[in-house]
Amino acid sequence: MASNYYEPEDLADFSNIVEYASDQGNKFFDYYQVSTSAGKLSEREKTLIALTVAMTQNCPYCIDAYTNKCLSLGISEDEMMEAVHVGSSMMAGITLVHSTQMRKIIKKKSM
Amino acid sequence: MAVSNQLATLNRCPVHFTQKLAGPVYAAEIEVLQLNVGKRCNLFCRHCHVEAGDKREEVMSSDILDLCLKVIRENSSISVVDITGGAPEMNPGIKKFIEQTAKLGRRLIVRSNLAILAESQYSDFTQIYTQNKVEIVASLPDCDENRADRQRGKGFFRKFIQAAKILNENGYGKAESGLVINLVHNPLGAYLPASQKSLEQNYKQSLKNNYDIDFNTLFCINNMPVGRYLDFLLASGNYDEYMFELLQAFNPEALENVMCRTMVSVAWNGSLFDCDFNQMLNMPISSKYSDHISRFDIKKLCRRPIALHNHCYGCTAGAGSSCQGALE
Repeated sequence: MASNYYEPEDLADFSNIVEYASDQGNKFFDYYQVSTSAGKLSEREKTLIALTVAMTQNCPYCIDAYTNKCLSLGISEDEMMEAVHVGSSMMAGITLVHSTQMRKIIKKKSM
Repeated sequence: MAVSNQLATLNRCPVHFTQKLAGPVYAAEIEVLQLNVGKRCNLFCRHCHVEAGDKREEVMSSDILDLCLKVIRENSSISVVDITGGAPEMNPGIKKFIEQTAKLGRRLIVRSNLAILAESQYSDFTQIYTQNKVEIVASLPDCDENRADRQRGKGFFRKFIQAAKILNENGYGKAESGLVINLVHNPLGAYLPASQKSLEQNYKQSLKNNYDIDFNTLFCINNMPVGRYLDFLLASGNYDEYMFELLQAFNPEALENVMCRTMVSVAWNGSLFDCDFNQMLNMPISSKYSDHISRFDIKKLCRRPIALHNHCYGCTAGAGSSCQGALE
């Protein structure tokens, strides 16, 4: 067993997730390929979305992969950081909007 | 870094490039004669494999240029003459060479940093290139001023734009003018470029919208772990990871189209090499196949084995990389 839960070289193992369940794994990769390639949205736009999701989900593998992909696409540091703020503010908003449930319960239950 | 240290560093790679191959790589017909006319340059770029700069004294003499012209004239299979440096414009004999070579009717390419054309001493080159229908290849690592200057030096970007505008006015990059200007993108750090198609679209849009500049094609070139770029990889602690990335991206299909197979590269002193990178690593073509422009024997050179080392991963990673961009 590795000394850390996350090892940087494990990113290269991503393609091996087809092991033990190749049908599902291969179908995932087909879907992943189609979803992240240029379509109505450009490759740059999709890569910034992927980077933002990687940040909000705290995935070190995806952060590594998509920061590098952004650099390769010539996406600037400023653009990447703006995307991070979109994710960050969405996460903050998502947390805060759920206070509605909390506030409704407080108001219903309180005398 | 001394060449011997560069070669020793390149040995530090998990799998040697030759182990990836079924056997030696042999040259095919020689179509391109690439001349490195000198290491002198007005810029001092952080990624330069030539380690060019204004203090460099290695400049191709008119005698060697004359020998190159003789070789081009005598070998009709050489359809492309590709001039690089340093800044080619800083070679005192280059104007005459361009005019003489243009008369031979071959495709004539000059790799210019363009910024030099904004300097009064060299501004007449815009006319020389135009009159001789020289195909220009110009490096622009990024369409953002700060990012481009970060690699190529402060003030580079503005001079580049200034020169590109003049070339556009002369017809370069305009449909049906027959005057071609291609740009080169190379990454601003320790990573590989994205697809040429994707980056070209971005460059075209950005340069047109922000500066009203047109160009023909964008070439994406991987940075080679040679010269100053190798220094950067080592100093930033990125060397092992970058080599691993190149190795992981090895594409045997790219090997079919690498430029060294159809090219001979001439150094400032007339020595012959498989490519500009082998020049800088002092890995010459063996005298058995011709080692100097004065002994150029195209029949022998067509059969020569290419000298390989781990920097060759740079030309075979992903879609491949060459002086003409991705090999796809």
